[in-house]
Amino acid sequence: MTAAHTGFANALSDHLTLIGRCVRLTRRNTETLVMSIALPLLMMLLFVYVFGGAITTGTAYLDYVVPGIVLLCTGYGAASTAMAVTNDMTTGMIDRLRTLPVRGSAVLTGHVAASVVRNAASTTIVVSAAVALGFRPSATVVEWLLVAGLLLLYVLALSWLAAGLGVIAKSVESASALTFVMLFLPYLSSAFVPTHTMPAFLGSISEHQPITPVIETVRALLTGTPVGDNGLLAVLWCTGLLAASVAFATWLFRRRAAA
Amino acid sequence: MIVEAEGLTKRYGATTVLDGVDLRVERGTVVALLGPNGAGKTTTVRILTTLTRPSAGTARVAGHDVVREPAKVRATISLTGQFAAVDEQQTGRENLVVIGRLMHLGPAAGRRAADLLDRFDLVDAADRRVKTYSGGMRRRLDLAMSLVSNPEVIFLDEPTTGLDPVSRSTVWDAVKDLVTSGTTVVLTTQYLEEADRLADHVALLHRGRVAVQGTTDEVKSRVGGHRLTLGFTAEPDAARAAELLSAQQVDGPLTLGLPSDGTAAHQHHVLDTLRAAGVPVATVGSHRPTLDDVFLAFTGGATR
Repeated sequence: MTAAHTGFANALSDHLTLIGRCVRLTRRNTETLVMSIALPLLMMLLFVYVFGGAITTGTAYLDYVVPGIVLLCTGYGAASTAMAVTNDMTTGMIDRLRTLPVRGSAVLTGHVAASVVRNAASTTIVVSAAVALGFRPSATVVEWLLVAGLLLLYVLALSWLAAGLGVIAKSVESASALTFVMLFLPYLSSAFVPTHTMPAFLGSISEHQPITPVIETVRALLTGTPVGDNGLLAVLWCTGLLAASVAFATWLFRRRAAA
Repeated sequence: MIVEAEGLTKRYGATTVLDGVDLRVERGTVVALLGPNGAGKTTTVRILTTLTRPSAGTARVAGHDVVREPAKVRATISLTGQFAAVDEQQTGRENLVVIGRLMHLGPAAGRRAADLLDRFDLVDAADRRVKTYSGGMRRRLDLAMSLVSNPEVIFLDEPTTGLDPVSRSTVWDAVKDLVTSGTTVVLTTQYLEEADRLADHVALLHRGRVAVQGTTDEVKSRVGGHRLTLGFTAEPDAARAAELLSAQQVDGPLTLGLPSDGTAAHQHHVLDTLRAAGVPVATVGSHRPTLDDVFLAFTGGATR
């Protein structure tokens, strides 16, 4: 076995070990887990049965709102990554891991991977619940795969962003405060109401923020309407955000760790 | 020398935390970095464990430069920080296995975990989540996690701060065990008693410098096994007594401290000397030396 080979095998095993650790920690953190599934479910019921009757979108409101709920749910799930990272940074766990012969950023990768697993589970539950309520997407298998791929990209980008915010935060409470934008942005998009119903200036913010093309793409793929430019825009936004967030998080991590 | 530091300096902006720390640690010994909060103990440990880069100066651990070869240093050391770095939601065993895998022990990680659980008396609690552990159990697990890799040098940053007396003595026992197995230990502490119990050598840190370095016995004989504290009602009396006994001021001009052997004969001698000179004494107290006394003896100033 060559040295490079061993290096790669070790790096892979380090990542798998740390991902396993984070998934185990997530699974046992019952409060966060229940919240990240219960909150989107409650939001869906709230929007469909309480607000839904008063909102006119041109289609059945359930069909309109499900993509928004799914994105709200992933935003929420990704945001808890920040708290998990801050917890490691502030409890001394990070010093222990960094004095091991392990690549430091593998710690962040572990949290991000756990976030993806957590979100895959909660998204599946939310979508199944929507189907139980009468959501009947017309998507083909290929369209479902495209939706899954785009959501994966979106979750990765948000989780890395949250990991970066988790590195900055000085306490778990402030980590939770820093991520509020992620939870708030979906409301200011086409997730719950069409943007043309908003006041002009809010409408144009909503039109041009990253979440709207993602939601529009998911909605179009699920309901069989044309995707148009939104598909490309969504992919560009997500990859751009992902690249920037990975760079931002690993840079902050090295800087904070070396101080 | 397994640890050699020369002129370690660390500045954060205009604040100088370390101002030229020199430290030499012989293989197989226990060295205590003793000092009050803010003396630079933790910063010294963070530099030696590659977590922080020094602003100036050099340090070598097990023959490797901490700045140029951090990976090689990390392969030979372990760090137990001020706060028990354990995952609350994992069991004791899982915590140990994660570290073992990260040390690339492979399937042996499980066996290593079982050995350490046994050695640190955690077998019964091995498969319980750490959040149910007491403070002392956490600290023991924390130490066990530091030993997974069989490190040559173990750094313990205030290993017993915040522990109750019973847990403190279990941690002390665990550290003594390490020493008999030949491991080098560098620990920081605010307690003279702790340094006394565990360390062969003591380095006194004061305002970012090593004020004094020596064997524990040397330090103790300088300070005295006991301290006498004399209280006076008037400053001229105190000044006169200081001259007669070559004692030093403690906590203001009306209190003096001096080394003692703790016997009644020595107290008599001191009081007789003062009475013969006509100096009235208000109070007399005898106690074991504190960190303040040590600093007084070596730096001529209190810790604050």
